[in-house]
Amino acid sequence: MNEFIEQKVKLKWHPPKKSYDVVIVGGGGHGLATAYFLATRHGITNVAVLERKYIGGGNSGRNTTVIRANYGIPEAVRFYQRSVDLYAQLEQETDRWIMHKQKGLLWLAHSEAGVRQERARAEVNTAFGSETVYVTQKEIKEICPQIDLSGGGEWPVLGGSYHPAGATARHDRVVWALAEGAMVRGAHIHQRTAVTGLMMDGDRVTGVETSAGPISAGAVVCAVGGHVTSLASMAGLRLPIRTHPLQAFVTNHYALDFDPIVASMGLLFYISQTARGEMLMGAEIDRQPSYSYRSGHHFIQSCAHRAMTLLPFLRDLRILRQWTGVCDMSPDYSPIMSKTGVENFYITTGWGTWGFKAIPAGGQQMAELVATGETPELIAPFTLDRFAKDRTLADRGSAGTH
Amino acid sequence: MSIRITCPNCGTRPIEEYIYGEIPSVPDTITDADARNVDRAFMHNNPEGPTIERWFHLYGCRRWLTLHRDTRNDKVLLE
Repeated sequence: MNEFIEQKVKLKWHPPKKSYDVVIVGGGGHGLATAYFLATRHGITNVAVLERKYIGGGNSGRNTTVIRANYGIPEAVRFYQRSVDLYAQLEQETDRWIMHKQKGLLWLAHSEAGVRQERARAEVNTAFGSETVYVTQKEIKEICPQIDLSGGGEWPVLGGSYHPAGATARHDRVVWALAEGAMVRGAHIHQRTAVTGLMMDGDRVTGVETSAGPISAGAVVCAVGGHVTSLASMAGLRLPIRTHPLQAFVTNHYALDFDPIVASMGLLFYISQTARGEMLMGAEIDRQPSYSYRSGHHFIQSCAHRAMTLLPFLRDLRILRQWTGVCDMSPDYSPIMSKTGVENFYITTGWGTWGFKAIPAGGQQMAELVATGETPELIAPFTLDRFAKDRTLADRGSAGTH
Repeated sequence: MSIRITCPNCGTRPIEEYIYGEIPSVPDTITDADARNVDRAFMHNNPEGPTIERWFHLYGCRRWLTLHRDTRNDKVLLE
């Protein structure tokens, strides 16, 4: 974080104390949102967020900033709609401009099965408090005139679903707004402070070993992205997580307005326009489990090819930047926000390719879980023990990238 | 450059031709039979560092091979 930003955002750094009520491991969106909601909703400010590198530098800075709630199962629709609502009021609440922009989200179907799926999505969303409507070819063309409905002759667009609440926000600003909100109320954030171990007393977590010395804690929240399996294993936990890289890229400026966020369920890619006018694209995760941030040519080649099939204007643009994040994939493509069976140790993980959109709701719910010790109703289905209890929340078709 | 995997039958080919296969391993510390089944079905070692894994050459000879790879940097260590 450079000096300019430190002047603009009221961040105050402190040396780490010996002890905190709550220690949150991971200074990304979810960790900072948990600190923010602990401070604003529960008055718990003796809190430290520990970040190995710098805040917002992991997956919070490597995503494609889409906010939506058009999921395929009731539990997820309710949870992500909460997040959509919290995002919409976050600027007013924090008095910081996060560049939140409601754009509408178009999901395209290229087959009869796809059409059925999008009709079902619209029904499920409507029934559980989110707005999604089925749209015809004509309506799709009105929402996004740049689309080639014939899909290059190979991938015709037969219909789709439209989710008006679809939005984007600037990822750094979300992170800073939450960090500042937590900090001005007394929470500490320690950057370049890696957690190297957990202090245990029998079956109870009592603190963390860090590169800045031991810190004892009343509760430890694991909000790590990417290295969660290692951290959980320090508490003797096994996780249903496999970490895969996910790549994305932007082009140079497209002079015209490209209003909606568009995703294709058949071609498996999604695209939106950034505030700077760049076209931002992403697709599926890499096939190998890995922690590497390396980007590859094969990905931009195949993703660009698929995107140009539907949006021929992209041919005239050039790719500017490419980057990679690492996604913690759960077997059922739903997140895990839960107690762990280890006392005072809470975990929020499995954020796969859907973490950014869940930042405010995830933080709000984790804060309530930690503050009260009771699992809030909204996230009760997302517990870690759902796999052993055969209550998985299969929602692969809503990840947008699989 | 994507990762390249050397297949004993087909030579060195890009990773996009292969399908990943994890070698499941349930820790000995889990003794309960049900818990072992849950672990085998859902849990992953998800290692950070050198690992041994299986890959299926789907768009080639359609045989399995064993690969040693470092998950921190995707370097192929031993084929």
